[in-house]
Amino acid sequence: MEPIIKVENLSKKYELGVLGHAEDCFREALVRGLRKPWDLLSGKSQNGNGSSRPSSIWALRDINFEIYPGDTVGIIGSNGAGKSTLLKILARITDPTEGIARLRGRTGCLLEVGTGFHPELTGRENVFLNGAILGMNKAEIDSKFDEIVAFAEIDRFLDTPVKHFSSGMYLRLAFAVAAHLEPEILIVDEALAVGDMAFQKKCLAKMREFSRSGRTVLFVSHGLAALETLCRKGIVLQHGQLVFSGSANDAIKHYVGGASERRSAIASGGIDLTRAPGRSSRFRPLLKHLDLLDREGHALHQGLQVGETLRAHVLFELFEPTSLFGVTLAFDNLFGQRVLVASSSYQPDRSHEEHCGEREYVCEIPNFTLIPGEYRIQVTLSVGGGIADRVEDAACLTVIGSDFYGTGRMPTEGTCVLEQAWHLQEPAQPLSDQSSNFSQPSTPSFRALGR
Amino acid sequence: MATAYNLVLKPRRGWQPINWSEIWLNRQLLGFLIWRDIKIRYRQTIFGGLWAILQPLLAMLIFTFFFHKLSGVASDGPPYPLFAFAGLIFWTFFSNAVGMASNSLVGSQVLISKVYFPRIFIPLGSIGALLLDLIVSSLLMFAFMAYYRWPLSKNILWLPSVILGCCLAVSGLGLILSAWNVRFRDIKYAVPFFLQMGLFVTPVIYPIESVPARFRALMALNPMTGVVIAARYAFLGGSIHLDLILVSMVVSLGLFVAGLFIFRRTETQFADIV
Repeated sequence: MEPIIKVENLSKKYELGVLGHAEDCFREALVRGLRKPWDLLSGKSQNGNGSSRPSSIWALRDINFEIYPGDTVGIIGSNGAGKSTLLKILARITDPTEGIARLRGRTGCLLEVGTGFHPELTGRENVFLNGAILGMNKAEIDSKFDEIVAFAEIDRFLDTPVKHFSSGMYLRLAFAVAAHLEPEILIVDEALAVGDMAFQKKCLAKMREFSRSGRTVLFVSHGLAALETLCRKGIVLQHGQLVFSGSANDAIKHYVGGASERRSAIASGGIDLTRAPGRSSRFRPLLKHLDLLDREGHALHQGLQVGETLRAHVLFELFEPTSLFGVTLAFDNLFGQRVLVASSSYQPDRSHEEHCGEREYVCEIPNFTLIPGEYRIQVTLSVGGGIADRVEDAACLTVIGSDFYGTGRMPTEGTCVLEQAWHLQEPAQPLSDQSSNFSQPSTPSFRALGR
Repeated sequence: MATAYNLVLKPRRGWQPINWSEIWLNRQLLGFLIWRDIKIRYRQTIFGGLWAILQPLLAMLIFTFFFHKLSGVASDGPPYPLFAFAGLIFWTFFSNAVGMASNSLVGSQVLISKVYFPRIFIPLGSIGALLLDLIVSSLLMFAFMAYYRWPLSKNILWLPSVILGCCLAVSGLGLILSAWNVRFRDIKYAVPFFLQMGLFVTPVIYPIESVPARFRALMALNPMTGVVIAARYAFLGGSIHLDLILVSMVVSLGLFVAGLFIFRRTETQFADIV
């Protein structure tokens, strides 16, 4: 069978600082245009403007994959791995810088629900407008109109301008239109499954139904839960490169496993932040080194037990004498949720003197009670109120279960364990007293409740 | 069922051919965008659709008072209000449409960065929506002609061609300016100024006859010169300046073709720089 999507050597380069600012002004372009012949005459090179910063980054580099008809493929990767860029290229929103992607059949791309909804138009009018923008013609929308309205559960408000809709109604209607697009290839951002829990389930069910009907789905996932339930295959992106492609389960293992390499780095002498893959080329490498230790200052071999002390040592450099600097450690769980932020700025008696050169901040968290699991750590150095350096995914911390409560029971849900005290007692007041309270509706306390 | 790949995405650089089939396939979307712009344009206004005619109407009254009554500018035959209004309805359309179109892409930032469709529909849609105003004010023109008992001749058959010519010029300029505006926001500030000045180098207030003959060809390089002369001929009759109209038509056509290609060339970068 021939692939339905074939991607070869796909790369995307973004220019930094050039398009966003300086050149946007006509004057700059004019000056450059006038200077060009002069520079050529005087033998100056075009790139010799003395800046040592890289002026571009590769958001995607040499991506190759094939997708066959009927596949449900999830794309995973941490923030900045290139998922959105890949989606934007396949959705034809932006051109690749190099390489080629081929697609066969009608393609429907949904990067956001409700694109093109106009607040002043009614629900009915927006269904038609949005449908047309997504690529349906009038006859198609006409034939699906009732289905869309039923799916969105908004029939009473059909002729109300959507600016009066609640955000839930708005999202439901927007998703309903998108869900009734019937392409052969559907390219979706997971952020689409929105709204309250019940509606999210409905959205995911619709996507599953879509893939069961034999059509091809490419699904960009920000967490792992949806990927597990929806996709048969998975692609893992890391720093713009494709690092794994295979079954969904293996992709998840690979994604989580990538963490274990970094874990072993923690055990053997800490992490060199200057060469960390998660460092953005936008920043000067001021963050040098990260060590994760236990209470006694030993490297974490197996991980940290719940409730133990975590000591993080961050080595960094200050170029100029400054008193305004700080280090932040942010912990994300594998579903991409930020579960903990530790920052030197929370320290009440921190140093307010001027410092310069290499310094080391030691952060001690005495009672580390995040639930067992893997956590990715983002390290940020801020100087003078702005971000001076940042490393995403600098390290992966494994928290392992311990008998925190001394009962042998450990929660597997939630984000953290907290000390708690339970005691059983006789009800303080006899029940009959309380019920007599309720039988007197004239008491002020009851009236307050009634309201 | 190994059908050929119908969508090939690869880097595009330099001039691109116009994708006519895609534009044709999605023509309904253009209709929807025009319909949307018409629907929302006068929402939450007191005068509503009246705005479509209010603008040329007030301009006509002001011109008649200041230029005709006070300064003694005369028409080339018909009553001055008729003379001014015939030119004004086209000038108003031109200046509104070019202004709207040039800001249309920047105003559709969200749409551009989230969903693909032929981008050319965005400026064309905002121009198309204003066509309705032009048609409504043309009807008002007929009412004025009846009021002044000015006869309607078979010249009126030229009106559709005049509208088409005007649309070519508007679309050409609109496409170029909207595409440039994405990269150089200077356009946003320059356009209103040049549109204001444009009124004076277009024979809207005064007849072309009052311009020395040797400057007339130069004035015809302004596409609206030909449009306004032709519009007056269609509504009110009188002398026709075919040579001037022809020059303006060639400029309009040139602008339109240039607009198509300049837009197409810049289109590939819209999402990255808008």
